[in-house]
Amino acid sequence: MTAAPTPRPGGARPSVPVTLDGTDVLAHEGETILALARRVGVPIPTLCQLDGLSVYGGCRLCSVEVAGEHRLPLACATEVVPEMEVRTTSPTLANHRRRIVALLFAEGSHVCAACVASGACELQDLASENGVDHISYEMTFPRTPVDASHPKFILDRDRCVLCTRCVRVCDEIEGAHVWDIAQRGNQAHLIAGMDQPWGEVSSCTWCGKCVAVCPTGALAWQGTAPGELHADPGLIAFLTDARDGTWDDRAGGNERRDDEEVAP
Amino acid sequence: MGAQIDLDAVRDGELGARSRRTHRALVCSSTGCLSAGAAGVRAALKADVEAAEQSETIQIVPTGCRGICSRGPLVQVEPRGEDPTLYQHVDTDGAHAIARDHLLGEGVTADVEVVAPNLPFLEGQVKVVLANAGRIDPERLEDSVAAGGYRALHTAITSMTPEQVLDQIDRSGLRGRGGAGYPTGRKWKLLAEAPGTDKVVVANGDEGDPGAFMDRTIMESDPHRVLEGLAIAGYATGAERGFLFLRAEYPLAIERLERAIRAAKRGRLLGKGIFGTDVTFNLEVRVGAGAFVCGEETALLASIEGRRGTPTLRPPYPTERGLWGQPTMINNVETLANIPPIINRGPEWFRSLGTEESPGTKVFALAGSLTTTGLIEVPMGISLRTIVEDMGEGVPGGRSFKAAQTGGPSGGCIPERFLDTPVDYEHLRALGSMMGSGGLVVIDDSVSMPEFARFYMEFCRDESCGKCVPCRVGTVELHALLDRICQGTGRQRDLRHLESLCRTVQATSLCGLGQSAPNPVVSTLEHFRSEYEALLTDVPAATTRGGS
Repeated sequence: MTAAPTPRPGGARPSVPVTLDGTDVLAHEGETILALARRVGVPIPTLCQLDGLSVYGGCRLCSVEVAGEHRLPLACATEVVPEMEVRTTSPTLANHRRRIVALLFAEGSHVCAACVASGACELQDLASENGVDHISYEMTFPRTPVDASHPKFILDRDRCVLCTRCVRVCDEIEGAHVWDIAQRGNQAHLIAGMDQPWGEVSSCTWCGKCVAVCPTGALAWQGTAPGELHADPGLIAFLTDARDGTWDDRAGGNERRDDEEVAP
Repeated sequence: MGAQIDLDAVRDGELGARSRRTHRALVCSSTGCLSAGAAGVRAALKADVEAAEQSETIQIVPTGCRGICSRGPLVQVEPRGEDPTLYQHVDTDGAHAIARDHLLGEGVTADVEVVAPNLPFLEGQVKVVLANAGRIDPERLEDSVAAGGYRALHTAITSMTPEQVLDQIDRSGLRGRGGAGYPTGRKWKLLAEAPGTDKVVVANGDEGDPGAFMDRTIMESDPHRVLEGLAIAGYATGAERGFLFLRAEYPLAIERLERAIRAAKRGRLLGKGIFGTDVTFNLEVRVGAGAFVCGEETALLASIEGRRGTPTLRPPYPTERGLWGQPTMINNVETLANIPPIINRGPEWFRSLGTEESPGTKVFALAGSLTTTGLIEVPMGISLRTIVEDMGEGVPGGRSFKAAQTGGPSGGCIPERFLDTPVDYEHLRALGSMMGSGGLVVIDDSVSMPEFARFYMEFCRDESCGKCVPCRVGTVELHALLDRICQGTGRQRDLRHLESLCRTVQATSLCGLGQSAPNPVVSTLEHFRSEYEALLTDVPAATTRGGS
């Protein structure tokens, strides 16, 4: 594959030589492996990562191989350095990714046929893209409570993958910090406010950004039928880019606004 | 804040007072002996001495740990000018006997067992870090000063530049005692060279491996040495703030460190203007909230900041961006306790101990199937066989040695045929285990290795913070697989899943907890695979191909 150098909105041209899956490409200074890969069209699976939010590094799906590195660096968190040799796919990486996705399925209750997000679910996509067609691990069948106390939204914790996108978007973008994680390990779960019913949390602004970024059907609009939910994770990058004055056109996932109106 | 104390005057006063005593009785008052009844022993000795109106001549001193914890409570009687006697398994009746015969009477009492002075457990030890443990009252600054405490801090601050201190630590070859063995001098230099004016140094006392109590003992037995090491680190690196991070399960260590900080501040050994110079070093204790993962340095920093104790990605490393964004360095408690003797006696002396690559000593907590268990400090490079067979006096009860587990839930087991391996960072790692912080558990032939691995996996499952998927879910599934195998319902397929999932959890977990959680499984599979296979319900796939 060849990658035409794409200038950044600021005008700077990529200048850092990097080898990506055997192909020489030019990266921007300070660019992460993930951003570079996406820019030149190389897919790397991600789950917790979302443009516009801080880096979390929890799902580990974007682990890649870098020559000379003993461990597997995360594409979302590792900035390129000159002459870096990156492998985004290998039999080993494919195995790790398949097992991680399988673990996520074993941990929750992901019944696609009954899920609001079916058809627009990032976990579902990860399963099909990474060849997870069955789960060999013991299913844990959690029985965690559903919170339907909010007038507009609903939380089904059995579908939560603990990616903390909602935690981060509420804290970093909306500034409300309604969400957080309580307990640890396999007891870790999403809580609203001071571990209250969501509907009683007075700091919630009803903005719905948490629902927009949820990769699964854990956070949804009230009254959504199976397969009807369409998350809008691209919203956040649009908002942060607009705030920074670096917005480009908004690609995909936008049903309420057409691209003409937001181009600078 | 009080007046600057004069180290020489305090020492002379203390030794002078000691010379007026005819007897000193040192009562071990560390967590181990206290739980065996040392407080009652001390009270009985004190009551008898007071009843005889001999409080002026006979001193009862509560001390830190002597290491032979399996024989506590321990009382050492030191008559002036005579050889000391160490009594073991002392109860209150024994205490009355010691007071009657030894302190107030003619000599050693026959009613209490005595520890042989040439006990192999004691003889093989070289005490650097634990030099004062069991010899001083950890709750009195004067006792510490009389034993040479704060001498190194005085030397460093009044007659050495920070660069000279850094150079001494660098040349000593000291490596981090928390387990990874990173060169301490290099870490200090990273902080010293980091830009910023509000640097922080942190002592990691969040020791959490099952069966390990090295750091607890150091903090309980000689708290001032930890403060001194941290203050020297602050001076050398330009940090004026320090934190001691301890787990809440160590209440006695917390109490003693806080008392030590108050005393040191009163004597102007900490705080503003130490030893009349313009050097400032302030220190606070921070207590964890019960999570093993907070021993991981980024989680530890989050906990100090009052946030949820979960690890964060490195880089940035703490020396670049640590506490509240400031350059921060984290040293293990035992590492810091090595600093004062290095300054006092020089890097060449330190290098004369241990091996070329791993100089100095290491404290180990000996536990499990051994005749004598407890805490030992030995030179690096000593063989495991010496520790197990000589010092620990082998496996009791007609059982035989099966394996030694080092490094706790992050380490691996070492079978009999590798017992002659020298104990240092590289050799243990080459065996698939690790030095860890110093836990050493001996397993005898009655223990099933799959069950042993399951125990550690259960520990890691319960202590996983839940942030990253491979550790949060992987440890649950690994435990489920081990459980199935141990229950006798596992199949070949389960063993294959166990091995492949171990690889994924090791390779993709965020922090050391997850990366090392499979180690006990991997090493028991390597050395004791037949025990796993014997528990499976089906035969290997190779022999049934075409069949089921």
